[in-house]
Amino acid sequence: MSGLVIRTALVRALVTVFCVGLLAPIVIVVIASFSGDGYLKFPPSSFSLHWYDRFLGDARWRNALLNSLWIAAMTCVIATVLGFLAAYAMVRAGFKGKGALTAFLLAPLIVPHVVTAIAVYFLSAPWGLIGVKPWIALTHAVVALPVVLVILQSALQAVDPNLERAAMICGCTRFGVFRRVVVPLALPGAISAALFSFLTSFDELMISLFLAGVRSETLPVRIWNSLLLEVEPTIAAVSTVLIAVTVVALLADWGVRRLRGARLAG
Amino acid sequence: MPLGRLGALLLLAPTLLLMLLIFVGPIGWFLSAALGELGSLSEIWEEAVATLGSRTILAAILNTNWIAFLVTLVVLALGYPLAYALTRAKGLAFTAILVCILLPYFTSVIVRTYAWMVLLGRNGLINQALLGLGVIQQPLELMYNRTGVIIGMTYVLLPYMILTLYSAMKAVDPRLLQAAEGMGASPFEVFRKVFFPLTLHGVVAGALIVFILGVGFFITPALMGGPGDIMIAMLIEREIELTQNWPVAALMTLVLLAVTLSLYAVYHRFSAERPGLAA
Amino acid sequence: MPRDSGPATTPAILLEGLTKRYGAETVVADVNLDIAPGEFLTLLGPSGSGKTTTLSMLAGFVLPDAGRVVLAGRDVSKAPPRARGLGMVFQNYAIFPHLDVFENVAFPLRVQRKPQKEVETRVWDALQMVKLTGFEKRYARQLSGGQQQRVALARAIVAHPPVVLMDEPLGALDKNLRYHMQVEIKEIQRRLGTTMVYVTHDQEEALTMSDRIAIMNHGRIAQLGPPREVYEKPENAFVARFLGEANLLAAKPAAGGAVTAKGAPLEAGSGALGAEGGFLFVRPEKVTLSAGAAPAGPNRLSGTIRHASFLGNVVRYAVELGEPEPLLVDAANAAGAAIFGPGETVTASWDAGDCRLLAG
Repeated sequence: MSGLVIRTALVRALVTVFCVGLLAPIVIVVIASFSGDGYLKFPPSSFSLHWYDRFLGDARWRNALLNSLWIAAMTCVIATVLGFLAAYAMVRAGFKGKGALTAFLLAPLIVPHVVTAIAVYFLSAPWGLIGVKPWIALTHAVVALPVVLVILQSALQAVDPNLERAAMICGCTRFGVFRRVVVPLALPGAISAALFSFLTSFDELMISLFLAGVRSETLPVRIWNSLLLEVEPTIAAVSTVLIAVTVVALLADWGVRRLRGARLAG
Repeated sequence: MPLGRLGALLLLAPTLLLMLLIFVGPIGWFLSAALGELGSLSEIWEEAVATLGSRTILAAILNTNWIAFLVTLVVLALGYPLAYALTRAKGLAFTAILVCILLPYFTSVIVRTYAWMVLLGRNGLINQALLGLGVIQQPLELMYNRTGVIIGMTYVLLPYMILTLYSAMKAVDPRLLQAAEGMGASPFEVFRKVFFPLTLHGVVAGALIVFILGVGFFITPALMGGPGDIMIAMLIEREIELTQNWPVAALMTLVLLAVTLSLYAVYHRFSAERPGLAA
Repeated sequence: MPRDSGPATTPAILLEGLTKRYGAETVVADVNLDIAPGEFLTLLGPSGSGKTTTLSMLAGFVLPDAGRVVLAGRDVSKAPPRARGLGMVFQNYAIFPHLDVFENVAFPLRVQRKPQKEVETRVWDALQMVKLTGFEKRYARQLSGGQQQRVALARAIVAHPPVVLMDEPLGALDKNLRYHMQVEIKEIQRRLGTTMVYVTHDQEEALTMSDRIAIMNHGRIAQLGPPREVYEKPENAFVARFLGEANLLAAKPAAGGAVTAKGAPLEAGSGALGAEGGFLFVRPEKVTLSAGAAPAGPNRLSGTIRHASFLGNVVRYAVELGEPEPLLVDAANAAGAAIFGPGETVTASWDAGDCRLLAG
């Protein structure tokens, strides 16, 4: 009996250590970003927002933030709209080779981003597409599509095909069925997909590194460039902003899921 | 309401077009154009043998696979118990563990790498703490070497393993374990003879995913590695950024693609047989 | 009982040579049906008999490989579902989970962009008809199975379609509620004069509700007719077996009529054996049992009770006649009725008018 108690306590302690280990680096960065010290020190001897001042007071950092937001917003729209249509086709249509097509559509997740980045860069450079934000967004959309597809396929799978038949009998065209039934029912999934595609682009470094040029430097690229020089605390502030965006997105997704759960639960 | 073939094609067309224009097309174009600079097929072959046989590149290829392999082992060793804890946890504990996995998972790789640089640097927190406690006299070299690379990559890849293992473990019917216990098996025997074999496919799938992603890593080893930790992805980038040597970059890309895609094919076949593991 | 049935009226629904194949398999083979306005027609059959596919072709979800679907004289074989002007109730009700009861019922009117005033009165009428007023603001998940069924029904009739299709609409309800809904559906149909095509695998439901039943088997109509006719005068062994309990005594032709496998003489009021022989069909409730052995005569066979089971208002006997199969006999559990025990010798007899010869 006492052996069991000890073992349970041991397992608990181990899991706690692992979990702390997973979360600690992120938490430490967040805390360090509010440091009032002139260099990275933990725990900080005083707290202030001066690293955030540095971040937002610097035109390059500010531009990077705006670039990131703008590109992520475009990526989110492109990936969610295209992914919705494709996921609907994958869920509803019966055709051969669906497994192979799925594997193909998920490939951008698997092919090392450095490969995608270099290949698109090779194509973009001669066409003057380096630094063109919509072009970067399109490339980010390719990388975000697998996630969008996985989320939306499972959301659309939950829509009873009889509901679509019922809508057609009631006089709806294909488009009407989509607008009145499919989209409203898959909306929570679409919101999740939008959030994660936004996040994918907002956090993406490899592709931006090659395609952004000087004109469209994103936050991750800016972090990368300054990290190559030194580990300065401004980066902690920027990182905290990126982490905050992730937290907000995860919370929003959680909220949407809860809402859907409450709405569709029997 | 089933869609016709034409309807399905219409809905898929924008996505396929995007994939063609910005994924398959560029990769194909890059490989054929860059390799085409070398001339005929036999000339490409000669160059390939010469390039891939060169010390730096061969070392990078071996390094890459070795690092990815080590990381896979570490991730598996850490991920299995955590996934198991997640499977057994309920209520608040479950949420807490899940948050600890998902928050890093969805945080930018560059931020996660930076966080470890803050911790592992010569004047990083770990060294500060150990020095302060008097455990060590000299700061440890935790970064800009193999240790740093393994730690950083493990941190980035761990969530993939945990989530894959979790879905495999969740599918194990708890009644099977009770039955085994009822027949007199010790907890260890239940684990070794029932639970582990039933989650083995998750282990394989997780290991494949982590290895595939590990082989293509760039950001973390570039920031946290030393001169001895050059990986293929870094070498490719260097060829392009520094020397604009497209043909050599293309040859290495080809190697990287061959490794990842063939392992992906294995993974896909594997998960197709066990639905629920895909993606 | 079709209302205006007469040779002059255009049929509400006409199916001509309707055929559907999936790969090598023919799921619906040459189905011909002529349904009068206001008629209640049931497609009855086991699963896989093609009844649901036939309904899907009627609705427009599945396009036929051959044949025509004609609604009120208009060929709609290639028309999409929206252009057919039908109402339909689905097996799982298919109530839109994101809309409340009011908007579910209003859905067909919203699609037609009817003015709000008209929508309100029509939805109100429809809900009144299905006896579900007061639930307008509820969602499907807040309703019982029976209430969901009523919402589905109201949505199907709100636009006053001339034809309403029903795909096993009562399958998910318990027995009591089922009976209740059967009566109400019939009532609504009579009031609105709607033509109904009803798919079910429940024979009792089909017998209770239909003007005519089309019994389907292997994608074909095995028999078409009013409930009483298909029950009492099945045209083949499949129909006889599918609708209720039936005795099918192996029979072969003999001089002047037919005999059982053992040679006992049989006499049937209708039907005929095939060249190879066939069956004598008689329902268990049409057979009378009397105590003791009797001299053999046409439709008089002696045997022993092998088994008796008490079913409440009926006692079902299995009588061993020495034929390949025992004879089932249902005796009403009426006042003063004789009760037989296993092993007793009895004589089973029936009228020639109550039996029928079927080809094998």
